[in-house]
Amino acid sequence: MRFMLLFSRQGKLRLQKWFLATADRDKKKLVRELMQVVLARKPKMCSFLEWRDLKVVYKRYASLYFCCAIEGQDNELITLELIHRYVELLDKYFGSVCELDIIFNFEKAYFILDEFVMGGEIQDTSKKSVLKAIEQADLLQEEDESPRSVLEEMGLA
Amino acid sequence: MALTIVSQIFPREMIPAVLPLIEDKLQHSKEIIRRKAVQALYKFYLIAPNQVQHIHDKFRKALCDRDAGVMAASLHIYLQMIKESSSGYKDLTGSFVAILKQVVGGKLPIDFNYHSVPAPWLQIQLLRILRLLGKDDPRTSELMYEVLDESLRRAEINHNITYAILSECVQTIYTIYPNSELLEKAAKCIGKFVLSPKINLKYLGLKALTYVIHQDPNLALQHQMTIIECLDHPDPIVKRETLELLYRITNGQNVIVIVQKMLDYLKESKEEYAIINLVGKIAELAEKYAPNNEWFIQTMNAVFSVGGDLVHTDIPNNFLRLLAEGFDDGKEDDKLRVYAVKSYLALLEEDDALYPQKFLQVMSWVLGEYSSLVTDVDPEVILTKLHSLLRKTFVTSETKVWIMATVTKIASRTSCSKAVDEIIQEFSNSLDTCMRQYAFELKNLCKDKELMKNLLPFDASCSDMVVDASLSFLDGFVAEGLGRGAAPYKPHHQRQEEKLSQEKALNFEPYRLSFASSVSSSGITGRQSPTGLSVGSDTSVNSAETGHKETSTLKLEGVRKLWGKEGYLPKKESKEGKEKEPQTASCSTLSTGQVGDPPALRFDQVASISEEDKEKQQLASTLFIGLGSNAGVSLMGKAETATQKFKRRSKINEIQHSEEVSDFRNSAAADFGPLLDTRPINMEDSEGSLHTRLRKASLSSSDIVEDNLAFEMPQSLRKSGLEERLSENRLSQSSLFADSNIEIFQPSPSAQCESASKTPLIPSLPEELEELTHSEIVQLCQSDALALYLCKVWTDDSLLLTVFVSNKTTAVLNAVNLVFEEAEHFQILESPSYQFPAIEAESVERCQKYVWMDKICTQGVLSGSVNYQLEMETRLDFSVTLSLMDFIRPMQMTTEDFGKLWLSLSNDVKQNIKMSSSQDTLSAALNTLQQKLKLHIVDVIGNEGILACQLLPSVPCLLHCRTHSRMLALWFRSPCSALPDSLLYQCQKVMEES
Repeated sequence: MRFMLLFSRQGKLRLQKWFLATADRDKKKLVRELMQVVLARKPKMCSFLEWRDLKVVYKRYASLYFCCAIEGQDNELITLELIHRYVELLDKYFGSVCELDIIFNFEKAYFILDEFVMGGEIQDTSKKSVLKAIEQADLLQEEDESPRSVLEEMGLA
Repeated sequence: MALTIVSQIFPREMIPAVLPLIEDKLQHSKEIIRRKAVQALYKFYLIAPNQVQHIHDKFRKALCDRDAGVMAASLHIYLQMIKESSSGYKDLTGSFVAILKQVVGGKLPIDFNYHSVPAPWLQIQLLRILRLLGKDDPRTSELMYEVLDESLRRAEINHNITYAILSECVQTIYTIYPNSELLEKAAKCIGKFVLSPKINLKYLGLKALTYVIHQDPNLALQHQMTIIECLDHPDPIVKRETLELLYRITNGQNVIVIVQKMLDYLKESKEEYAIINLVGKIAELAEKYAPNNEWFIQTMNAVFSVGGDLVHTDIPNNFLRLLAEGFDDGKEDDKLRVYAVKSYLALLEEDDALYPQKFLQVMSWVLGEYSSLVTDVDPEVILTKLHSLLRKTFVTSETKVWIMATVTKIASRTSCSKAVDEIIQEFSNSLDTCMRQYAFELKNLCKDKELMKNLLPFDASCSDMVVDASLSFLDGFVAEGLGRGAAPYKPHHQRQEEKLSQEKALNFEPYRLSFASSVSSSGITGRQSPTGLSVGSDTSVNSAETGHKETSTLKLEGVRKLWGKEGYLPKKESKEGKEKEPQTASCSTLSTGQVGDPPALRFDQVASISEEDKEKQQLASTLFIGLGSNAGVSLMGKAETATQKFKRRSKINEIQHSEEVSDFRNSAAADFGPLLDTRPINMEDSEGSLHTRLRKASLSSSDIVEDNLAFEMPQSLRKSGLEERLSENRLSQSSLFADSNIEIFQPSPSAQCESASKTPLIPSLPEELEELTHSEIVQLCQSDALALYLCKVWTDDSLLLTVFVSNKTTAVLNAVNLVFEEAEHFQILESPSYQFPAIEAESVERCQKYVWMDKICTQGVLSGSVNYQLEMETRLDFSVTLSLMDFIRPMQMTTEDFGKLWLSLSNDVKQNIKMSSSQDTLSAALNTLQQKLKLHIVDVIGNEGILACQLLPSVPCLLHCRTHSRMLALWFRSPCSALPDSLLYQCQKVMEES
């Protein structure tokens, strides 16, 4: 997989993940063009695109487009399922996820994606283990945060 | 977390720093950490495959990990590696099939299920690996049939994920060696896809159909109606895929319809990539299957006008070549040309039509060449049209140049034209220098019609003209110039490098002294020349540029030259009665000789110097190789070692005599047992069977030499004693090896016995090769009639593969043909095949092939086959594993040369490696490198040492070593970017081993 994008129907980029080093300017150009192409497509059209030298697989969930760019050899359907699995994960973690969840907790969405996909290849297909890893990371974060607040309190006191 | 980051975007340079840390993590107790470590390594492999070469066996361990997640992660690496070369991993097919069987059978933990399908991602990954492995290989494919069938059967729930698996299965089935039963099932699957109401599946079905169409065109026939439906599908993507499918099934009969459909789509589509792609396809189809001239020209016109300037340059070039070279039938050609001219004239009628530049260029060329074929059109009309085109603003200057050339061509065939005069007048004052030059040329040419006709003969665009690219006729001039003390010309980059190195030389301590002085002198001389020469180059560059453009399409190089300002004047003198080709050369000699044209001089000097350089390099490579014999590393076999050798040999003989008294053979056999036991490494290696036989041999041999010298004596004695009975030759050979201490190959004793007892025909090297270092003679393959043996001889300038073919039958074998297949990495000098006229009964013939390494790899396979006729035609395949070290030779040089070369090389690789306790001193480490890798030690200064070697034929690689606190810092430089990486890997290997 080359990259993964999440954007809204209005063409606002919500999340982007690049698995191949790309210059910032190219990224912006790619994103803009791809968004135009995808947004122009009607709901009944098929969710695969051949675009430039890439294959693009996208799926729309409510107002959010999930969009993956894969290489010529990769399997489109399984990528579609990958998107679906990611949405399932988000759903499970946030509890019926909506666009706002991703906007406000984008770092969590990134965490989940990192646990799920690594270096452009799917890493863990099991829902349970991904969520477990995320929970652990959350715990770690909380542990990190709690002593600091105590210190702060002391400083205040 | 850190591992996650590592696997994201990571710079290549930092890999060596973190690699050991990640390797440690492979042994971590938590599976998630192990899995991430493997993923990180996968990423490294993608970025820099050379740097993780030494941990391939760890990947294997990961593949066998008890956690399925880790195993799945390692599959990514394998997929990538198998993609690069499938032949090395055939032995793993069995395990992949077994894994897939388990996965399909639901043996994995329930965690991995996805919508009640067991581990679909894993399945797909495995299917892809199997596809790569089984491609064109019946034997490997056979292993897969059963499991493929199983997965097809299991994937019958109606869900996207099963479809994904199915489509992957289908692809695999069609890629591997075909099996009719599976093909049938796969075809059924495709049918289901295509007919599916779901658009995604339909799309995939079409894709699969496209993929299989070349194997099974009937499948497309079955789904004709669906395909037609898809053609009018509202989704452009589906449409495009359908067109792709149609493109594959195009033939002479349906071409018109299909191309029409494609053109329709082309007109609708706006996306750049799609247009380029489609235009290329249409042009290809039109060329291949065009039913008649009119249609062809019309189609090409449509392509050019719709495709615009996006079309690939090949398309107009091919089109023009087709027009120029024509088909077999001259009449047909003329018709085609006439039609083309007429259609273009019609197109140009419309005054305000905007045509793409490329189309205009094509038009103008055709008009220039063939307009005279059309007799009913006055050239004057054409000229006026071209003139009006020239005035248009949308025409770029490049196109204008094309048009001017056309005007010139047409003008040469008309007597006197008003339009031409007008053009000349208008553009003689043009701001565009190019145009002005053309106009000027045209003016002068018009003064002399005779010359003009000579220059621009009709329909000569196909006759190739010979241009003396090296400008050898100027050699005399250069020699004279040099004789008068002029500085030899140096190409630009060389000058720059020298300048650069001069600056650097100041702070480069150890190598500075003699080097700086030599550079300063050459630097000055180098700098003098360009200033004088660059003045006149401006105009010449211009004309050279346009000339260049023409070369690819028009093949008019010769003509172009003559048009040069100085070019055509002197030609008047030699105009008459000469053929065109010699004229080109001679007249430019004249012109440059007379005018002393500086740019020409410059080119010539470039040529002669580069030739000189090449010669020098060759000379150097031939001269220096043999001399690399400082401290025992000798390819030629030095006098010292020779004497030693003799001593040892006599001893061998003595002992052997005494042994012969007893029943020698039995005792020898009995003694081999314990010998084997003392070297467990040896055994492990053969058990693992990971390495090729060759490598194993070298491993064990180096072990023997390094670790137990004491053992070596008796062993070599015994062995040679055994061999003595078989052949005298073998004895001297193996003992010679034992002494020269470079690369000793000792086959495992058991194999030796076996081969000794079974085959009476053991080949031996001829005497002239015997003296060079060479490998053990190993058997490559054998059949009832033939046995093939191979011996590598490391000559100074190449690797000499000596293949022995021994005829085991009692009849003469005629016409035995040995062919090496073309390999990606290697180059076989001379021809890759060899024919033995006849091989006598029970005798051995040999053939020799010199091999170079073309593309750098640590290890590669050179395969080939032997054909022979015995009752029936039989073919025997074999393969030879060659490693990088076969092509590395020491490079003799002085410290000064080293310094100079070091600075001129740009690719460098640095790495620190730990030194083992047995060689913690620099000298010990250097000696190891010298002995094992055939590097030449140039100099040792304090705790730094410099070494040099070269990859044949002549790619140098320099190494700078420094020791500090038990670490050895290696710093490689070479003009070739892959060489340092590979050598580094070899260094790591030998240092670990010792």
